[in-house]
Amino acid sequence: MSINFLIHRAKEIQAVIEANASEIEKLDQEIGDGDHIFNVQRGIKLVIELEAVIKDLPMSKALNQIAMKVLSGIGGSSGALFGTLFMTMAKGNDIDNGVDYKKAIEIFADGVEAVKQRGKADVGEKTMMDVLIPVSNCLKKGVEDNKDVKEILKEAIEVAEKGMFSTKDLLATKGRASFLGERAKGHIDPGARSSQLMIKTVCESVLNS
Amino acid sequence: MKKFMNSADDFLKESLQGFGAAHQDIVNCHYDPNFITRATPTKEGKVALISGGGSGHEPMHGGLVGYGMLDAACPGFVFSSPTPDQMLAAAEKVDSGAGVLFIVKNYSGDVMNFQMAAEMMQGPNESVLTNDDVAVEDSSFTTGRRGVAATVVVEKIVGSLAEHGGSLQECKALGDKVNKNSGSMGVAFSSCTVPAAGKPNFDIGDDEMEFGVGIHGEPGRRRDKMKSAQEITNELLEAINEDLKPEANEEILLFVNGMGGTPLTELYLIYDNAKNMLDKKNIKISRSLVGNYCTSLEMQGASITLTKLDEELLKHWDSSVHTAAMRWGV
Repeated sequence: MSINFLIHRAKEIQAVIEANASEIEKLDQEIGDGDHIFNVQRGIKLVIELEAVIKDLPMSKALNQIAMKVLSGIGGSSGALFGTLFMTMAKGNDIDNGVDYKKAIEIFADGVEAVKQRGKADVGEKTMMDVLIPVSNCLKKGVEDNKDVKEILKEAIEVAEKGMFSTKDLLATKGRASFLGERAKGHIDPGARSSQLMIKTVCESVLNS
Repeated sequence: MKKFMNSADDFLKESLQGFGAAHQDIVNCHYDPNFITRATPTKEGKVALISGGGSGHEPMHGGLVGYGMLDAACPGFVFSSPTPDQMLAAAEKVDSGAGVLFIVKNYSGDVMNFQMAAEMMQGPNESVLTNDDVAVEDSSFTTGRRGVAATVVVEKIVGSLAEHGGSLQECKALGDKVNKNSGSMGVAFSSCTVPAAGKPNFDIGDDEMEFGVGIHGEPGRRRDKMKSAQEITNELLEAINEDLKPEANEEILLFVNGMGGTPLTELYLIYDNAKNMLDKKNIKISRSLVGNYCTSLEMQGASITLTKLDEELLKHWDSSVHTAAMRWGV
């Protein structure tokens, strides 16, 4: 995983989110406050705009810059949660000497764990954690079992999609949708949908390279 | 969407610039990161009070910066939490060394961002979390009750204590007490439109109201058919009383808050109807506040807040205050 890799994936994610923007916005208007899509779009744009600043930096510094930019530039819960994700990834051991796929999975999993702490949300609460936690577990398990990287990524895509769909019938107990009680049932969580799209984009991009 | 705006991107900046210019005797607006401070530096040894939240709730919080209330406010984008860099810059500007008290409404974005700021901050700091909205069930399995209009009451009363030499711990304790003594509930007749979104946050029929609405138009307890003002007021007060349990002859503050699109004429009508019901229950209205303080853009609607008052709270409610939105005793 290089900085060039990060920027390119961000550009691909930007296109995918753009293509699904109205669906995500609609999901958020059903059970949230309608600002999720703008937060995500603003965050991705800010990361892409960092290209010139971070392209020659060591990985830890680049990830930290991304974290601070996402934190201050997005606002809301998304900013704090994605800021926490990148800030934790930046603290990964020895990442300035190269990040292979095993290392990338390790720091991503650490990041997801920190996001879980920050948002105090676990699987089953109708949030993006219903996608991120199973994906993180699937990736870690794949490395432990010495599976082929392509196989791991294919599994991760499936796990992400399953997690996203699982939010449909859940009662929200975290985030703004929790105020709706029973009324949130039957709707897919917009954060779960946007993070599933991001996971899918990154995994497919690696698979097709 | 019809709004006074030139572009969604400049909406907040231009509004802040206008606010800063109109009230330059009271506040200073700072940009990138955005925060509002008093026009004069914090008095040596005074605890600094900092609040903040998404924009669109004006005058909360910028209009509550000034003598006797806040030292600084951090406005986020419309309906979006401010970020730690704003809070840290504000704290650096207004901390006189006696510490910083963050006053935070219980919405997950606000809570997480203020928490990160508190973690990154070097000096002593405490936080008061407001959660006065009785519309939402409070339990360990939910995000919990929302912080709404009683935040204004917390900022007024704790602001007075800080002005009169209260320590950081004392200010924190009083803030928690005012929050505990308060209950609020709101109702909305129409939706509101975030400038960047360009369309209403939710759909609501001409004959419908959202009962227990939050301050972003997010749903509350239920969708109801329209009723008379007295019926709506009774239902709001019943929900609050059930939670707050004020006793007969107990003194309370009755705060009728407009959501932005309801005229004062109607807010005073609600006050009258609320007084009818509270009089019947022998609950003594000893202080009143009526107006648009904790708004949701152009939403038509109102909330009622009751705060149980004891001698300490009365004293700090009555003490002088000089902000853009609240001004008495000066």
